[in-house]
Amino acid sequence: MSLVLNVLSVLAVCAGAFFFLAGTVGLLRFPDPLCRLHALTKADNIGLGLVVIGLLFRAASPLTALKHVGVWLLVLLAGATVTQLIAHIARPSGPRA
Amino acid sequence: MSFDIGLTLLVLAVAAWTIAARETFVAVVGFVAYGLLLAFVWVRLAAPDVALTEAALGSGLTGGLLIGASSRLRRSQSPAAEEAPGVVLKAAAAVLSILVSAGLAAIVLLLPDPAPTLAPQAAASIAATGLGNPVTAVLMAYRAIDTLLEIVVLLLALVGIWSLAPDRDWGRRLDRRGSTDPVSVLTFVAQLLVPVGIIVGIHIFWVGSVAPGGEFQGATILATMWTLASMAGLVSAAAVTRRWLRLVLTIGPAVFLAIGLAGFALAGAFLAYPKSHAKLMILVIEIPVTLSIAATLALLVAGPPERARQ
Amino acid sequence: MTATLYGFCAAVLVGLGLFGLIVHPQPLRKILAFNLIGGGVFLLFGAVARRGAAAGFGGDPVPQALVITGLVVAFAATALAVALLLRLTGAARQAGLRSDG
Repeated sequence: MSLVLNVLSVLAVCAGAFFFLAGTVGLLRFPDPLCRLHALTKADNIGLGLVVIGLLFRAASPLTALKHVGVWLLVLLAGATVTQLIAHIARPSGPRA
Repeated sequence: MSFDIGLTLLVLAVAAWTIAARETFVAVVGFVAYGLLLAFVWVRLAAPDVALTEAALGSGLTGGLLIGASSRLRRSQSPAAEEAPGVVLKAAAAVLSILVSAGLAAIVLLLPDPAPTLAPQAAASIAATGLGNPVTAVLMAYRAIDTLLEIVVLLLALVGIWSLAPDRDWGRRLDRRGSTDPVSVLTFVAQLLVPVGIIVGIHIFWVGSVAPGGEFQGATILATMWTLASMAGLVSAAAVTRRWLRLVLTIGPAVFLAIGLAGFALAGAFLAYPKSHAKLMILVIEIPVTLSIAATLALLVAGPPERARQ
Repeated sequence: MTATLYGFCAAVLVGLGLFGLIVHPQPLRKILAFNLIGGGVFLLFGAVARRGAAAGFGGDPVPQALVITGLVVAFAATALAVALLLRLTGAARQAGLRSDG
């Protein structure tokens, strides 16, 4: 494994971890359920995406890399859905004018 | 090593939070997180099949069950009447727990070294079964009777749950929709995710003969997809009295038992497989068993038939 | 070494679960604590299985298969316990009894 790929992988995973941390801080500090949802999904989707990119550099085969991307897409889908459902409960009347 | 120490501390912290949380819903969320971290621990212990089962069943389906239960209990409970335990009871419980933990830790330290293991025997006979995954070989060939009994236990638990339905609700359909109409985003995601999930579930079942996976993990994913589809309103839930439902539930154990009895004629003992056709027999057992387990798990989560909640 | 570490983790988990089982008055919390105990016991099996690594496998497959069976049966027991609890609470509410938690 070449040194450049190793360094890139570590950098990407660290950046992803930073986004996870930012999302968690947002979850703990934001005042409103909708703001917290925003922080969680945005930060976690980018965070997971960066971690997946970091892992793509280390993937053993194209199929494994495809599985990593598939995992990321599924988490995106699940996160978006659950965010909509929770937001619907938090504010059932829809966006305020 | 330091990673393992960090993971252990994290698991213990989440478990302690689950016990110490004030609200039940918070405790259930902590339990789901604990289950997922535990799946991580299983991977570190070189047990990927157990990790899959823990993540899907121990954390996923159990979490879904408990979240539903906690929300229904919160709706029906009067907020007043909780008697908190006294200090003496808490202190005594703490002492007992510390003693039990210390005893178990002492047992861990006193485990015999070199560790006794059945891995060489499992490896020696695995070629005869035609499988590549030793855990599947243990489940379906060496200890197949345990698996048969486990499937029957699942069915008995389902019968137990059904027996809790009030008589007047017996023939009803299992209506899992909540009190509000399903939001359209849930329908969209169910239409997108259920086909993918079914393929993933079948894949995990199929690949379990040579790689980590197997029928329980695949069946759990199939059951989850059915639950998602029924929550989104895509499938109209079946009434428990329907014949095809009962056929799907019992065909797995029935085929397993039939092949087990046929083992008397074919290979001389209950659940013995003839040498040349072992893999085929295991496959013939596994396919209906996966279907049955998926249906049983889905119905276990759905609960007893009841009138729709207001 | 990792096996011993996770064995200790399992011991503490069983202790935590036992404490929660005794101390919490609500039945659903007791069910949660019971599942915690179950997780700890399975983890103990896992530590034993890891120590039995031989013949090219990462762990002894027999305890691992036992744990898978145990997980499935524990789920079935939890489902039955939750159904009993819901029926009990519903029946108590209908009869006008004070809900016992």
